[in-house]
Amino acid sequence: MAFNATLETNNDTATITLSGELDASTAPQFKAEVEKAATQGAKRLVLMMQDLEYMASAGLRVLIFTKQKMGASADIYVVGAQEMVLDTINKTGFNQGVIIQDEYSPL
Amino acid sequence: MVFARIDIQPTHTYGDFKLRRGRPFPFGATLVPGGVNFSIFSSHAKSCTLVLFKKHAKEPMAEIPFPDEFRIGNVFCTIVFDLDYENIEYGYRMEGPFNPKEGHWFDSSKILMDPYAKVIGGRDVWGVTPDWNDIYHHRARIVLDDFDWENDRPLEIPPEDMVVYEMHVRSFTRHPSSQVKHPGTFAAIRDKIPYLKELGVNAIELMPVYEFDEFENSRPNPQNPDELLVNYWGYSTVGFFAPKAGYAATGKIGMQVDELKTLVKELHKNGLEVILDVVFNHTAEGNEYGPTISFRGVDNKTYYMLTPEGYYFNFSGCGNTLNCNNPIVRNIVLDCLRYWASEYHIDGFRFDLASILGRDPSGAPLANPPLLETLAFDPILAKCKLIAEAWDAGGLYQVGSFPAFGRWAEWNGKYRDSIRKFIKGDGTVGDIAQRLQGSPDLYAWEGRGPATSINFITAHDGFTLLDLVSYNGKHNEANGENNNDGSNDNDSWNCGWEGPTDDAGINALRRRQIKNAVAILMVSTGVPMILMGDEVGRTQYGNNNTYCHDNELNWLDWTLLEQNADLFRFFKNCIAFRNAHPVLRSKYHFSNSDYMGSGYADITWHGTKAWNADWSASCRTIAMMLCGKHAKAGTVEDNYVYVAMNMHWEGLWFEIPGLRDGMKWHVFANTGATAPNDIWSPGQEPVLENQHGMLVGDRSVVILVGK
Repeated sequence: MAFNATLETNNDTATITLSGELDASTAPQFKAEVEKAATQGAKRLVLMMQDLEYMASAGLRVLIFTKQKMGASADIYVVGAQEMVLDTINKTGFNQGVIIQDEYSPL
Repeated sequence: MVFARIDIQPTHTYGDFKLRRGRPFPFGATLVPGGVNFSIFSSHAKSCTLVLFKKHAKEPMAEIPFPDEFRIGNVFCTIVFDLDYENIEYGYRMEGPFNPKEGHWFDSSKILMDPYAKVIGGRDVWGVTPDWNDIYHHRARIVLDDFDWENDRPLEIPPEDMVVYEMHVRSFTRHPSSQVKHPGTFAAIRDKIPYLKELGVNAIELMPVYEFDEFENSRPNPQNPDELLVNYWGYSTVGFFAPKAGYAATGKIGMQVDELKTLVKELHKNGLEVILDVVFNHTAEGNEYGPTISFRGVDNKTYYMLTPEGYYFNFSGCGNTLNCNNPIVRNIVLDCLRYWASEYHIDGFRFDLASILGRDPSGAPLANPPLLETLAFDPILAKCKLIAEAWDAGGLYQVGSFPAFGRWAEWNGKYRDSIRKFIKGDGTVGDIAQRLQGSPDLYAWEGRGPATSINFITAHDGFTLLDLVSYNGKHNEANGENNNDGSNDNDSWNCGWEGPTDDAGINALRRRQIKNAVAILMVSTGVPMILMGDEVGRTQYGNNNTYCHDNELNWLDWTLLEQNADLFRFFKNCIAFRNAHPVLRSKYHFSNSDYMGSGYADITWHGTKAWNADWSASCRTIAMMLCGKHAKAGTVEDNYVYVAMNMHWEGLWFEIPGLRDGMKWHVFANTGATAPNDIWSPGQEPVLENQHGMLVGDRSVVILVGK
């Protein structure tokens, strides 16, 4: 399935919905959306991952970038990640300092 | 107004590749704006070619010769622009003389791994049989340094306060009973942090985690043809800067760097330091018959100690010897340790066969080895623990005399030998007294403190603690070398039967001996180190050299935790006792005097009669009292601690020194009693009935706390 990343902004909340396979060739698209969200000054970034089927190291690198780009005061939500994707996130430590949820529910 | 940078524009082309003169420093492959800077040195190569692969590809996608004008001194350096750095692997071909007698092994048909490779592919998943026809086995990749450490940094626990747990990454959780999601990996250690915390250790020492090849010298297991004997322990480095991919659950997607960093960060959060066992004495290239992976083809004469005839010196017992006091090799060792300390937040290093690091290029021991001095005074390593295995396989034995420069600690092999002899009933009380107080006979004369002494009774080399009390001799047949490998000097005693037995008396004695060992270890001044699994009675069935087994000889069986719950409880409480009592963790050697005016010297020795230790050669009993008023050189107040050790075969009555100010002796541990009356939680100790004396059972240790 082709990769897709779409950004929606609502007040302080930016939501990026990811689908398909996030790898080295598609990671720049994701990164561009993150940069847009950061520029718009979002305080909360929600990554909807229900339809994300695969994430390679390049995708994880963008997640790391995301956290550093958004700054410590922004909350990052990882929502509905499939088991394989979530497992990779956990093993590489990206689960630290982000909010992992099955369904989006702002804290 | 800011102009676009012009120093990052290509100036040369080669085919479709855009190049620019590289920067010689740092060595290795480094991301720079717009591209990757490749830099490699060779003192004897005539020319060098960069070989690029798409990740996992069988054939190179490009070979880019370094233009002559891109060589500075002996360093080849180039920037290649617009590389998809996440998806490439790189290597080098070196042109130069092939003349082994002169020490030169150049062969441009071979693709060589960068000695500074930070990530190495090719053995991505542990145990997956490699393609033996691969033209490039260990593939250098490019690393990103974007890991988010948040507020982490090395813990800097004072050395004298450490309790070290030596473990093998794969062995710790590979056994099915470990019940972790990814057995045998860095990620799985993270899952077991609660266990380590409950045990109470505050540092883990990881057996080699630098990239190695488990298939090096692999061969069928003579006792089980379905299984291979492999390079399991990993004391044979392929690349000094890269973590072992096969130890990472994420190795198959090339994320081993992040997984290991995440483990370090998480251990730090839980108060545990990480010490790496590092092997700089030799490499995986072996002798004349070994593979050419990197160093041999890049600059053989620089990297290895060679005989005048061009053969490899073998002070490591593993085929070759790294030329550690060649100035160039010194620098790579320094670069490597600095990298691990700064990029991975590693807390300390234990140097395998460290005496080799003090030999000159012809093999002679140096009085003031420059490498050891450099490491001791390096600003980046300044807070790292530096621990030497102070001997080598070439006959150099430097326990007590390792060139320390005020910094180096030592695996105290004499501690191990003395305690083993004492426990099995060989007497040696004079020796024991030195070991119990941090081996001042070895270290005080040079002004080295007690934390110089890493006290251990067992380590990965040799018997486990259970085997130490279950076997008189080694049983290494499974290693396929007719029981010729492994040490013959084990100072072990089987308690009456070789190997497992149903004899209740023998089993009870073995349990007691294990408890005696850990009790003595945890009240000894210095830094205690325990071997993974000893706390639950792990056995290697008498094998004292399990370097080649990827099976239950090495894997920790977690069901032992239930079977031997009393041992775990005993270990845990002994460690808690040490952690609770600063009097056991002195930074300075005892003075044998009462400088606090407490009425007691900081340390006093006793026998079956108080104040009268029997120092005769045949004596098997000794008792020691530490004065709580002298804890940490009198800067903190602690309880008094008295330890009676009776390694005689009969119970003996010990008269106990009296306490002042209404204090009373309480029983913390008595290995002669059966669980649960063998040990108490620190603070919960019952008062000793008779404050003047007590019966200490045969081959037993009693620890009292005076408060």
